[in-house]
Amino acid sequence: MLELSNITAGYERGRPVVQDVSLAVARGEAVGLLGPSGCGKSTLARVAALLHRPDAGTVVLDGTTVHDYRHRAPRALRTTVGVVFQSPRLSADPRLRLRDLIAEPLKATGRRIEIRERVDELAHAVGLGGDLLTRGAHEVSDGQLQRACLARALVLRPRLLICDEMTAMLDASTTAALVAAVEAYRRETKASLLAVGHDQVLLDRWCDRTVSWAAPSAA
Amino acid sequence: MTARARSDRANPGAASPALSMRNLSVRFRMRDGGHVAAVADTTFDLAAGECLALVGESGCGKSVLASALLGLLPANADVEGAALLDDGTDLLTADERSLARAIRGRRIGLVPQSPAAHLTPVRTVHSQLAETVRELAAVPRKGLRLATRAAAERAAFPADHLDRYPHELSGGLAQRAATALALVGDAPLLLADEPTTGLDRALVERTADELRRTVDEGRALLMITHDLAAAARIADRVAVMYAGRIVEIADATRFFGEPGPRHPYARGLLDALPERSFRPIPGMPPELGKLPAGCAFAPRCERADALCGTRPRFDGRTACHHAPAEDPSRA
Ligand code: SF4
Repeated sequence: MLELSNITAGYERGRPVVQDVSLAVARGEAVGLLGPSGCGKSTLARVAALLHRPDAGTVVLDGTTVHDYRHRAPRALRTTVGVVFQSPRLSADPRLRLRDLIAEPLKATGRRIEIRERVDELAHAVGLGGDLLTRGAHEVSDGQLQRACLARALVLRPRLLICDEMTAMLDASTTAALVAAVEAYRRETKASLLAVGHDQVLLDRWCDRTVSWAAPSAA
Repeated sequence: MTARARSDRANPGAASPALSMRNLSVRFRMRDGGHVAAVADTTFDLAAGECLALVGESGCGKSVLASALLGLLPANADVEGAALLDDGTDLLTADERSLARAIRGRRIGLVPQSPAAHLTPVRTVHSQLAETVRELAAVPRKGLRLATRAAAERAAFPADHLDRYPHELSGGLAQRAATALALVGDAPLLLADEPTTGLDRALVERTADELRRTVDEGRALLMITHDLAAAARIADRVAVMYAGRIVEIADATRFFGEPGPRHPYARGLLDALPERSFRPIPGMPPELGKLPAGCAFAPRCERADALCGTRPRFDGRTACHHAPAEDPSRA
């Protein structure tokens, strides 16, 4: 599903934060990527999500070699991947109601007709009930907003889900609830998962296998 | 837990507590004329040489409580109750001038949630630490360099990193720099607001251990956190907050070990950990503006019955109609 080969990436010339890293996630597989804070694992996650162009190495996604990143990436490829980040506040427009937040990718891909049904279905799946969908992002808690961000990541039915420290800021119960929602989605769709995090206990419990950043090229 | 034995110097219990929270309530006046009770009727004591971990989900009121202690609540907040320091100062009625001049940093030190945001990005750690040392410790110019190094050392911040800028530090070192700043004024009471958020396990443990060291030196530490692993590592006692109220206060060893929490919410929270059953508590916390009439946890509680339609009183340990009685096997 995802093959990262000899990836080198960074933000400044000559100062790569990821160097010569390889990692593969098979179809339907859940892989945990474990590493300390600031080790570059989030950068690798961004490369895998086509959000950051690597300086060297190849990314093969669903059998297709990736040549373009960010908004240049072909839509079909971009919609193959769903991403959830650590901080929902940084990745959600505070002016949007949760309903519109979840529907964003459907609008962007011209699939407005599916909005109603799909948003309701996902809200239910991530446990957002009552009138929460009509609230603004600034009117809900971090945990509720992260639930909405997960729903947004699933709305186009990605075949690969990347969760970059998705639960690092959340309490134990919300963490367990979000992981359960991801796993329910994966059971239904056979989607693959790359879960990036720093909590070994969590990743071991969640994923089929966990790769340590210290030796990710061994994967 | 023998490591937790308190030093005689701290001598908890004998003197008045480092912090005595009495019936704290914080209500926000909303634009529509309504009120939201973010913290209700919260009472606890914190002794010198003791760490109390205040745990709960985001939005449970624990960060509002922290803001109240620091005098940082917004203007639409109504505060009742008292938060007394050992010298009788009430943090809730102190005016901004005395808070700024005599209390923050000197009587109560803050270990911030995101050290990166707390440190000034354009100045080196040394320059920020030196300024705080000059301000709070009244060190003469000549001794400043030495005193600054000593301040860094107390938080195990390496001296050879003092000339770095915050962005050149790892998350762990940034945390130590922020802790060093919090310790400069030698405040007897420390307030740590989510000090381990976003840190990996190794750093969580190191940060917790460093905070624990400052407690063993005789300080009182109120740690506000959603990280149960960090709480388990450092706390003497645990207070669990739900929907603005403390629902349980327990000895940490008993809470995390046997016999475990007494309140169903606290049990559910512990049980949700990946090292335990990894099962979420069903549902979500109630809106603080729309609390159910009885026990706020009732809609999520499998033990709820008709009795729970009236609010359970907090008896000093638990607020629950069906908390297990003291088990007789452990006297
Ligand atoms: S008072 Fe009733 S509803 Fe509330 S926690 Fe106890 S058993 Fe559950």
